[in-house]
Amino acid sequence: MRDYAKEVLEGSPRAAARLISWLEDEDPRALEHMERLHAHTGRAYVVGITGSPGAGKSTLTDKFTFALRKQGLTVGIVAVDPSSPFTGGAVLGDRVRMSRLAVDPGVFIRSMATRGFLGGLAKATGEVVKVLDAFGKDVIVIETVGVGQDEVDIIRLADTTCLVLVPGLGDTIQSMKAGVMEIADVFVINKADRPGADQLYAEVTSRVEQDAHIRERAWTPPVVKTVAVDDEGIDDLVEAIRSHRRFLEESGALEERRRRRAREETLQMIHGELFRRIRDRLTADGELEALVEAIAERRESPYRAVQDVLARWLRE
Amino acid sequence: MTQDRKIKIIVAKPGLDGHDRGAKLLARIFAEAGMEVVYTGLRQTPEMIVETALQEDADVVGLSSLSGVHMYFFPRVVELLREKGLDDVLVVGGGIIPKDDIPELKKAGVAEIFGPGTPTAEIVEFIKKNVRTRD
Repeated sequence: MRDYAKEVLEGSPRAAARLISWLEDEDPRALEHMERLHAHTGRAYVVGITGSPGAGKSTLTDKFTFALRKQGLTVGIVAVDPSSPFTGGAVLGDRVRMSRLAVDPGVFIRSMATRGFLGGLAKATGEVVKVLDAFGKDVIVIETVGVGQDEVDIIRLADTTCLVLVPGLGDTIQSMKAGVMEIADVFVINKADRPGADQLYAEVTSRVEQDAHIRERAWTPPVVKTVAVDDEGIDDLVEAIRSHRRFLEESGALEERRRRRAREETLQMIHGELFRRIRDRLTADGELEALVEAIAERRESPYRAVQDVLARWLRE
Repeated sequence: MTQDRKIKIIVAKPGLDGHDRGAKLLARIFAEAGMEVVYTGLRQTPEMIVETALQEDADVVGLSSLSGVHMYFFPRVVELLREKGLDDVLVVGGGIIPKDDIPELKKAGVAEIFGPGTPTAEIVEFIKKNVRTRD
């Protein structure tokens, strides 16, 4: 068997690509390699780009990455697009806007389908970020699926989350709502040459000011105007992200965020592993089917069944 | 839970012609068949296509050409894939390809050529039957 962990650390894109596939497929062979890569993670800075469909996330990701490359930084990109709920297939089209990055050895791009996972990311996105981190990329950009109002998983992975907004999608009330508007470390008003951009800028700025009145915050999200297709405002975006990073590092918030992430992740892995083991044993001897039958016929309640199952397995 | 293995396919338009209707339609057809399709867009060089296949760990590369560049581009993609050690990646082509060119393309390592009017189910079937099993 090939030593993928070693090859990833030595910079083999092919090994990274295969390991990522295993992670997407939840292939247990990935575990051993991830275990060995773990000591080499935590070095990359992770930037999230999120926003509604058509807001310009891919184009911004392309321009932002290009700007980072000019500074000599290497970049990993994880671009997530939705899977069809009907066929399970997906058209992953984010690369269309990133063609010029395709042959740059300092850039590694991976497209991911959500495979039924909600929240704006794929289930394995966090693991893929770790592979690219160990692979040696300085900055990792995660582009989420086009989000609505409530897909906020990106904040669990990104050090800096950029919310991309475009003019013409709603009025002041939209910017007052909870959810996605709350997660921005940096607001980006893209397509800022379009009608309504100034109004949107004013609304977002006013929201940021309101936030400061409601509760004191250590960080005030900057609002950056861009016209990504024309490469306008990209330097401002780079600077906004850099100043957020500086804030996180100097205030100790980066360390705190990463610790919180490690905590959530550990709990989630325990959850996943425990679930897998219990499910495997329940299905192996047909007990699950018998339980389902009893619950469907109302001879048993699922509440009681859960308690019984847990009591039995946890004692062992 | 271990997920089902999904076929990952790159749909690419090498060369300079701007006719991507066919490629876009095929991308949708492959997705409809349950595959994960990376659509790269127009004007791809063989180097771009192969680098994409490498990073995406693609099982299949589907090339579409309507401008007559297939005799250079298709074999070049196969050659570069082999250079990168990706010799188990299935390469298929389509578009406007004269019949006389097909034997040479196949000799160069292109698995199959699908001309205009091929029933799309046939293409999907061919891919499913000939795609590598990933170990």
